[in-house]
Amino acid sequence: MAVLTYRDALNQALREEMQRDDRVFLMGEEVAEYNGAYKVSRGLLDEFGARRVVDTPIAELGFAGIGVGAAMVGLRPVIEMMTWNFALLAIDQIVNSAAKMRYMSGGQVGVPIVFRGPGGAALQLAAQHSQAFESWYAHIPGLKVVAPATPADAKGLLKSAIRDDDPVVFIEGEMLYNLKGEVPDGGEHLVPIGRAEVKRAGGEVTLVCHSKTVAVALKAAEELAAQGVDAEVLDLRSIRPLDEAALLASVAKTHRCVVVEEGWAFAGVGAQVVDTIQREIFDELDAPVLRVTQADVPMPYNKHLEKAAKADVPKTVAAARKVLYLE
Amino acid sequence: MTATASRGRKPAALDAETAGRLRGYLRQMMLIRHFEERAGEAYSLGLIGGFCHLYIGQEAVAVGTISALRDDDHVISAYREHGHAIARGVTPRAVMAELFGKATGSSHGKGGSMHIFDAGRGFLGGHGIVGSHIALAAGHAFASKYRGQDSLTLCFFGEAAANIGAFHETLNMAGLWKLPVVFVCENNFYGMGTALHRAAAIEELHQRAASYGMPGQAVDGQDVMAVREAMDQAAARARADGTPTLLEIRTYRYVGHSMSDAVHGTYRSKEEVEEHKRRDPIRLLAELLRERAGMPEAEVDEMEQSVKAEVQDAWDFAESSPDPDPSALYTDVYAPEA
Repeated sequence: MAVLTYRDALNQALREEMQRDDRVFLMGEEVAEYNGAYKVSRGLLDEFGARRVVDTPIAELGFAGIGVGAAMVGLRPVIEMMTWNFALLAIDQIVNSAAKMRYMSGGQVGVPIVFRGPGGAALQLAAQHSQAFESWYAHIPGLKVVAPATPADAKGLLKSAIRDDDPVVFIEGEMLYNLKGEVPDGGEHLVPIGRAEVKRAGGEVTLVCHSKTVAVALKAAEELAAQGVDAEVLDLRSIRPLDEAALLASVAKTHRCVVVEEGWAFAGVGAQVVDTIQREIFDELDAPVLRVTQADVPMPYNKHLEKAAKADVPKTVAAARKVLYLE
Repeated sequence: MTATASRGRKPAALDAETAGRLRGYLRQMMLIRHFEERAGEAYSLGLIGGFCHLYIGQEAVAVGTISALRDDDHVISAYREHGHAIARGVTPRAVMAELFGKATGSSHGKGGSMHIFDAGRGFLGGHGIVGSHIALAAGHAFASKYRGQDSLTLCFFGEAAANIGAFHETLNMAGLWKLPVVFVCENNFYGMGTALHRAAAIEELHQRAASYGMPGQAVDGQDVMAVREAMDQAAARARADGTPTLLEIRTYRYVGHSMSDAVHGTYRSKEEVEEHKRRDPIRLLAELLRERAGMPEAEVDEMEQSVKAEVQDAWDFAESSPDPDPSALYTDVYAPEA
């Protein structure tokens, strides 16, 4: 196994899938000559040329739609959004066009497309550049939504997303690009969409997380271990479809659960997780499920305020102790 | 503007090939007209639900443009698309059954009036969000170019869609990348109840092509020959090197925006509607065929009877077809498991 950054794992996935299938092309702002705003597409223009690595004007709605249109007739576009904040300009194409096409055409026209780019907050980028939109897209039947936390999952999920016959919203962690990790060798490392993974096994409380909050949950689990609490960390990896079986198996074992996510609480990913748990295994719960989310405010710029707004390790530890009735 | 330009001169006889072709157009236009009249009737009877936007008055635009296409071209439209679908060869049965919401409809009852699809004929909808599908058209054209094919995409939208962002973003990229799209702006002068002059800073919409490095042309949309001629030129450019074209085809809808909109009274007068009907595209073409090809009146009557029978057959088929099976509710959301 090679050690790669999350960024290079994504790059490798794109490269391998473009080598494997001529129908795959990459389109977006600064993806070609600039090598990507976050360098995910570094070297791809040199290898594949301007036919398959396409720089666009700043026109998210337009190029998202061009991607959907190309997918409708059999190509497999990967549309890079410089960040998911900007994808709001393209949400009409993602929600009204990509997600609906197969259904409203009575199954005649599918849209095998990947929309990808960084989501969530970085550091002090303030209100318009710090948003986690997983729950928005996960609300929509017809879309699949994934948000990998590790280089191995980033590569394996992106390859699966590109090979998928349906539109996939692929949300990368803006703060994860430099994260290093082992990635299985070979071109067939595929992580199935819709499969969660236990990132740390434990028996007393389940910390449900995805993307950047996986690191938060793992750190919290370490601190909890030091306090004598054995926490399990379940990385959802896919938000839609949600791996309900893995979620229920973990919580049925630990009987306690905390959901940690970057987004806001209201109608968030955690709300769906809680609904699933209470509906399916109500009697297994020994405490209400708690949620650690972003504060219910637009992200502030000031670094102290920003820290206070984010889901973090101390808040996660505190929530875990609370569901264990330790304070 | 062939037909109008020829007025006042002694009309030259049409050659047999042209006359035959125009007879075909006439029948198609009559078929679309009659189909839409019956769709309106079915809507009033409660057999069609939701929104229903009729194409009556605009038939020459669909027929004049689509007749120039090849089988490997793509057509995409907005929500006033029954006529485009029929002109592309989607059967009146499949369209009417879709309007009736039946399993035998073109989208198996899941799309309705605004979402007619026939992928086998390259008819890719039927889209309900004003202007969004303009970008999809450029995507189809991008794929043609990517594959090294000389097929083109024909994209219909109303003049009101020319004010939305998707129009401008798409035409910019289509011009920049030379994507083979013929953008057909069907200017019927009203976006729902808002007149063009109240919505667009420039009323000569074809001039907007200049901003995007592509040819633009205003065309008389009630003259099917003029439409076809402009389309032939645009198609030749698209096939030669991908050059897109913006055709502003001026036409008029005789009916309300949708079934819930009165024909006149709120935003246009009865006199205005009647004035436009004097240049009815079907009558103009029938007159032309009488004058220049000696088509007897009886032939028009025969066509009339024939399209009526075809639409009645579509109605009967739609009415007697089954609703989708309840299990269809959950299919086609995602691709079937491999």
